[in-house]
Amino acid sequence: MLPPAKSTLAHQTDALFWFVHLSGLALTIGLMGVIIYFAFKYRRKSDDEVTPVITHNNKLEVTWSVIPLIFVFIIFGWGYKVFMDQETIPDDAYEVKVTAQKWMWQFTYENGARSSGDLHVPADRPIKLIMNSKDVIHSFFVPDYRVKQDVVPGRRTELWFNAPDTGKSIIFCAEYCGTGHSDMMGNVVVHEQADFDDWLAQNSGGGSKPEDLEPAKWGEQLAQEWACSTCHSTDGSNMTGPTWQGVFGHEVTLDDGSTVTADEDYIRESILKPNAKVVDGFPPVMNSYEGQLNDDQIDAIIEYIKTLK
Amino acid sequence: MANHTPSTQSQFFQHHFVDAEQQLDASKMGMWIFLATEILMFGGLFAAYIIYRFWYPELFVMASKELNTLWGTVNTVVLLGSSLTVAMAIKSAQLNQKKNIAINLGITLALAAIFMVIKYFEWTHKFHLGIFPGKFYVFEGIDHPKASVFFSLYYLMTGLHGIHVTIGIGLMIWLLVKANKGHFGSEYYNPLEITGLYWHLVDIIWIFLFPLFYLID
Amino acid sequence: MATAESTLKKIQVQRYEPEEDPQKYYLNEETGIWAWLTTVDHKKIGIMYLASITLFFFVGGIMALLLRTELWTPAKTFIEANTYNELFTLHGTIMVFLFLVPAVPAALGNFILPLQLGAKDVAFPKLNLFSYYIYLTGSIVVIISILTGGIDTGWTFYTPYSVTTGGAVTMAVFGVFIIGFSSILTGVNFITTIHKLRAPGISWDKLSLFGWSLYAVSIIQILATPVLAITLALVGMERLLGIGIFDPAMGGDPVLFQHFFWFYSHPAVYIMIVPGFGVVSEVVSTFSKKHIFGYWAIALSSVAISFIGFLVWGHHMFVSGQAAMASMVFSFLSFLIGIPTGIKMFNWTATMYKGSIDLKSPLLYIFGFFFLFLVGGITGIVLATIALDVHLHDTYYVVAHFHFVMVGGMVMAFLAGLHYWWPKITGRMFNETLAKIACGIIFLGFNVTFLPQFVMGSLGMPRRYFNYIEEFQTFHQVSTIGSYILGIGFVLVFYYLVKSLFSGKKASANPWGSRALEWQVSSPPPLHNFHHTPVVINGPYEYHKPMDEFQLGLVENGHDHSKTSGGTDDNDGEEHEKAE
Repeated sequence: MLPPAKSTLAHQTDALFWFVHLSGLALTIGLMGVIIYFAFKYRRKSDDEVTPVITHNNKLEVTWSVIPLIFVFIIFGWGYKVFMDQETIPDDAYEVKVTAQKWMWQFTYENGARSSGDLHVPADRPIKLIMNSKDVIHSFFVPDYRVKQDVVPGRRTELWFNAPDTGKSIIFCAEYCGTGHSDMMGNVVVHEQADFDDWLAQNSGGGSKPEDLEPAKWGEQLAQEWACSTCHSTDGSNMTGPTWQGVFGHEVTLDDGSTVTADEDYIRESILKPNAKVVDGFPPVMNSYEGQLNDDQIDAIIEYIKTLK
Repeated sequence: MANHTPSTQSQFFQHHFVDAEQQLDASKMGMWIFLATEILMFGGLFAAYIIYRFWYPELFVMASKELNTLWGTVNTVVLLGSSLTVAMAIKSAQLNQKKNIAINLGITLALAAIFMVIKYFEWTHKFHLGIFPGKFYVFEGIDHPKASVFFSLYYLMTGLHGIHVTIGIGLMIWLLVKANKGHFGSEYYNPLEITGLYWHLVDIIWIFLFPLFYLID
Repeated sequence: MATAESTLKKIQVQRYEPEEDPQKYYLNEETGIWAWLTTVDHKKIGIMYLASITLFFFVGGIMALLLRTELWTPAKTFIEANTYNELFTLHGTIMVFLFLVPAVPAALGNFILPLQLGAKDVAFPKLNLFSYYIYLTGSIVVIISILTGGIDTGWTFYTPYSVTTGGAVTMAVFGVFIIGFSSILTGVNFITTIHKLRAPGISWDKLSLFGWSLYAVSIIQILATPVLAITLALVGMERLLGIGIFDPAMGGDPVLFQHFFWFYSHPAVYIMIVPGFGVVSEVVSTFSKKHIFGYWAIALSSVAISFIGFLVWGHHMFVSGQAAMASMVFSFLSFLIGIPTGIKMFNWTATMYKGSIDLKSPLLYIFGFFFLFLVGGITGIVLATIALDVHLHDTYYVVAHFHFVMVGGMVMAFLAGLHYWWPKITGRMFNETLAKIACGIIFLGFNVTFLPQFVMGSLGMPRRYFNYIEEFQTFHQVSTIGSYILGIGFVLVFYYLVKSLFSGKKASANPWGSRALEWQVSSPPPLHNFHHTPVVINGPYEYHKPMDEFQLGLVENGHDHSKTSGGTDDNDGEEHEKAE
């Protein structure tokens, strides 16, 4: 019933999970058994049956109040202990900044490296996420680690985990945030420390075009990194937004009935002021990327879109 | 519980009550419970107020200076006076002085109207300065980035209170019409009694609003 | 005791046997559409509520079926993501505010409460009618908001999403705001009625447990609903004026909204479930023909739940970023709520011990309630455990838990109550065989729908997802099939209940042999409930006393209207000493 436990604390949660569920199951089976037994044993045999007068029994009632009370105290204490472990962030944790916005996760590392969707972390080391949201409330949820934390605009929230083994674990957005809520996913990619250092070095800086890359290739990377593909397909299917396949240079119909040619200017405007000219049949829900993507990056994305025929 | 005694019933007695006393008890109790809900409703706004004052104490001191303490005080006195006259109207009913009921209700009504007129001038003066609620706020006299929040709270809380005063005025007019027809006397004055309770609540809420907004050092 | 004697007063009582097959009753004394729309009769108002909530239940139910159908495949099945988001918002809003909150108190409570108190009506009949029209107005506003722009915020209206999204959110929150006042006024009415209009002899220890549960619910309604009203008003103001209280850009705090919202909405789930507890007590006792076990424990646990219920709202916010200390306190108090709830379960079970159990359809629905509510309650304990909630919060586990408590608990109890009082309300018997079959279908369909959701949620499937990863498809498909079965079950109930109105066998005054006061008048009851003033000397669960002791009323004075129905002379002139 539970996903694989891939963090150091997950086993604690699981033990408690099974303890509460199995004792609950025992209570359910026991009580339902008694009820069904009574229903059979004391079934009405004739209409003028007389039943004994039993109004209450203090001893019995105190018993079945106090025993559950002790029981829930145990669960409470246990749950609180595990929770405190989840809350107490080790001092030597490796910090990553998380920015949530509709509908993507962005991660910024110590050396300015950035990634989107995928969170890269070293194995067997406490990781501390410092999270903020640019628009509405999101919630960072990794089932494999049994961790979840809301990401709130105007507030800083934190979360930590330690994944001992390399591998991938899925990230969900757990707080409803609109049209693309269910597509706001990602992965935690756990590397060996050395591999992580390599990855970090390769991605340092962010923001400017890597030397040896064609603009269209860089555009493809950026489209990945900025999660454009959450809403825009490249294979002709329509998702939350129109597909990019074959869009460049063609006429599109807007929601006010007019048409416009999807040229460089239109695409640039659609990235910076998405709701100025909305394609007919699609909701006006895209965020502005003004101040987030620079001109070089936008040009690269346009070059990439041009290649999608 | 009383026996079924259908003798002492006025024309306002409703059939499902046993007697007029039970009817008065029930309507008073209903009003008290309703007042509890009113307190909880204002309570939500008071909670917001407390939280914001806790976060931005300096803002509340600065912004409070924009409010006119003199007119606030006058309004407090006006409202207190109206509570007194409502109580006197009920007393008159108990003593069966039918004419005094109408007089006292009339004074109450006038005081309530004065309150709303003063409130109107306070609000329009602020609008004139550009102190609008929320995103329409354009006033530059207060050097604090969250100044509009204080006034949003001010407008919300005094506005909700104002709505209650207005409803109260409506009720007073209705009572006055009935009083002039001679409906009320020592036998029957339930509407007076429960409207009086309502009016005291409106008064008490103002007693809290006044220092919270006007009297901050 | 000599001192007490001065307060004793002798009254004359006689037995009033209920008239079988009455010629005149509340349904045929004032007829015509206008008489219905302007009626102040609590019974007719109860029926108008019943009709309205049934309509909204089916509207909300159809939305649920559309949602489940859409979730058949991991990607788009037949509707767009935005349509899906609007549908689950409306499903939640309609079911919670238009159906669950008024279902038992306003529909069944309105009809039954005055009868159980031996009163001719509620304390404020006109206010009662007014409450209904407020409810109707609010409901229409909500429906208009759906038609004119839709809302896609989820029924929780979380800021800042609800402030920034398009659509008719302002109108929708205004509609819910209006409905809130209906709920408040009903609460005011019921508390006053219970305090002031009890017939002679109904002391607090002879009040029905249904009455006690309505009393507890009314307390919540009057204390929690105004906070919801002001919170939703603030959301509306936020959208219209941008006041900034919940807006981080203006120094506000979106989490503050959650505190306000759950301060109402957590007690609100007790508004929905506690009246169901009252129904369970009535039905279990009647069909076991036995005194309820632990009367005071059941009565006071309802009141305890309604008070502790005000102190646990923060357990919806364990991962919202609230202080760990606050989470601890909220978690602790949430566990405490489990205790009075557990006590009720044990007491109901003990009531059946050595009873004379007649497994008719109302009791069968209660058996469904027992299982589903128990599962809902135990998973509630799981969710109250902070460490587990961190993992399960906002997943299908929570969805399943909520539906087990609300549908499995509340709707089953509501159906039990509806079947139990149906003969009294309509004067007709429904088809018992069909009722049992429908109960089985609903029970089966419900479990097939929601048990897989516990597994999905534990595996990490978040709620409110339009697309989902393929691992979950099997669970979703089983769940969808279950929802169709569930739908069939509800339609079947609707079918045989409506059919009984036209061709059902005439019901006797007391078909289940209950001792409760509402069964001591004819079915359906007379326009003003009682032609006499009922006098109560035994509690409503004292099955060891003969039936005629439960049918007493004051001996009427000669000059009073003396059209007492079928009064026999058995106990004429019997004298009882009564404490005044």
